[in-house]
Amino acid sequence: MKRGRLSWSTRSGRALAWQAALLLLLVLCGWALASHAAGSLAERQIRTGFGFLGQRAGFDIGEGPVPYGPADSYLRAFAAGLANTLRVSLLGILLATPLGALVGLGRLSRNLLLRGLCGAWVEVLRNVPLVIQLFAWYLAITELLPEAASPLLLAPHVFLSKGGLQLPLPALAGGLSLELPEVTAFGVQGGLSLTPEFLALLAGLTTATSASIAEVVRAGVLAVPRGQAEAALALGLSRRQLVRKVLLPQALRVIVPPLTSQYLNLTKNSSLAVAIGYPDVVSIANTAINQSGQALECILLIMAVYLTVNLCTALLMNLYNRRVALVER
Amino acid sequence: MAEPIIQLTGVNKWFGSFHVLRDVDLSVAAGERIVVCGPSGSGKSTLIRCINGLEEHQEGRIVVDGVELTDELGSVDRVRREVGMVFQQWNLFPHLTALENLTLAPTQVLKLPRAEAEERAREQLRRVHIERHADKYPGQLSGGEQQRVAIARALCMQPRIMLFDEPTSALDPEMVKEVLDAMLELAQGGMTMLVVTHEMGFARSVADRVVFMDQGRIVEQKAPREFFGNPEHERTRDFLAKVLPR
Repeated sequence: MKRGRLSWSTRSGRALAWQAALLLLLVLCGWALASHAAGSLAERQIRTGFGFLGQRAGFDIGEGPVPYGPADSYLRAFAAGLANTLRVSLLGILLATPLGALVGLGRLSRNLLLRGLCGAWVEVLRNVPLVIQLFAWYLAITELLPEAASPLLLAPHVFLSKGGLQLPLPALAGGLSLELPEVTAFGVQGGLSLTPEFLALLAGLTTATSASIAEVVRAGVLAVPRGQAEAALALGLSRRQLVRKVLLPQALRVIVPPLTSQYLNLTKNSSLAVAIGYPDVVSIANTAINQSGQALECILLIMAVYLTVNLCTALLMNLYNRRVALVER
Repeated sequence: MAEPIIQLTGVNKWFGSFHVLRDVDLSVAAGERIVVCGPSGSGKSTLIRCINGLEEHQEGRIVVDGVELTDELGSVDRVRREVGMVFQQWNLFPHLTALENLTLAPTQVLKLPRAEAEERAREQLRRVHIERHADKYPGQLSGGEQQRVAIARALCMQPRIMLFDEPTSALDPEMVKEVLDAMLELAQGGMTMLVVTHEMGFARSVADRVVFMDQGRIVEQKAPREFFGNPEHERTRDFLAKVLPR
């Protein structure tokens, strides 16, 4: 096609003009917002900047893998919160994936009862708001379980009670050994201890996400043409071999992209931790805002954290996707 | 006549309220080559799909190589071990290479060691003249090549019976011959074959018997010379007038 002059009467000329107009509008909006924010911050005499991160935080954090005390800085508090977010998200992803896959395959089973159960699992968990599910899990753990002094014995040296879950902790003290939890009059002591808050959040995120993953897996398997199953069965493969060797490898290329979205959702949904008092990064930022008044900075930090974590997750999943998607020709 | 290798007696089948097979009786001797033809919707595909249990029949008996297809555990598995099948749409596994398509069932079902399964697979690929494509994926092969891989895949299980469900219907015309040639070689080797096809040339030159179906019934079954030269029923004559070149 012959290019005309750039003018309002050519297609390319108009396209360029619209782009320029849109850019101008964006710049104007940004400038207006920034100048307004700067004005009101100055009016209320709030100092902006991230300098407060070096100051003493002064509040306590209930749990977490990063050592932290009230005398530590805000920055360290944020790090502790981030570690808690990552801990629950990563474990949630690791548990929700196989659970979701099993439920999804169960919905395709020839067994009527199994199919019905898996269908009910999906419908209940994805139709009740997650925050309600978290309250339910938290109540179940803190109200229905026995007192910490007389815990349930789930397996040798594994205790479950209102005080949470206690497991043997591998320790590297002069060779590999296990630190075993003991039942005392004050509850279970020693070993690896998981709080009721952590357990409730993990259970809620895992089960709710497993319902969405189940649907993703089911859709992926159904996307494989019927002839594939017929060819495999005609060759004598069992149902299990059919699923493992023929259906799942082909379903994966349909499953992985929406599965990535579910992983990102799980990570973002972990911010509902604030509702049941688990100290994730949002909950820490909330406290930090109340104490320091640096709301803008804290919100920016939270956004940066989730953006970074989720972009990393998406990157990893895209790499994996490239591997499962490319083999075919 | 020796004990038939496939015996259908009074077979009836419905899809919902649609009566797709009506009182079908068919007896096939070992080594026999049978071509099943008929207008579309006459039940010919359903008939051969019942023989390896891809479709379940609701009435009558189907006995394949001494094993009756029943609800009993393992009866379908035993039948499928003796029966290979080739489909209209090839149905190769797109995520596996040609060679892997061939070794999957022998390693999974027969538990053959990989080396032995590969040796068997290469031999079958050689047989259909496609050995040089062993490491390609199905997407890299032409329709005719894919269908020959599919034939080789079925043969790797060393079946006694081969079912072909319109094996050339989805092929470009210039590829039909290479697939028919592969089937011809197989027929010359003494394989029991049931072929659903519109290739009347193949029926004429290869089949021992032509079975004509219409509306779920076997209308007529005869040796090809008689079937083409002297069809008994009006419907058969109608059908032949439509499919045979003038």
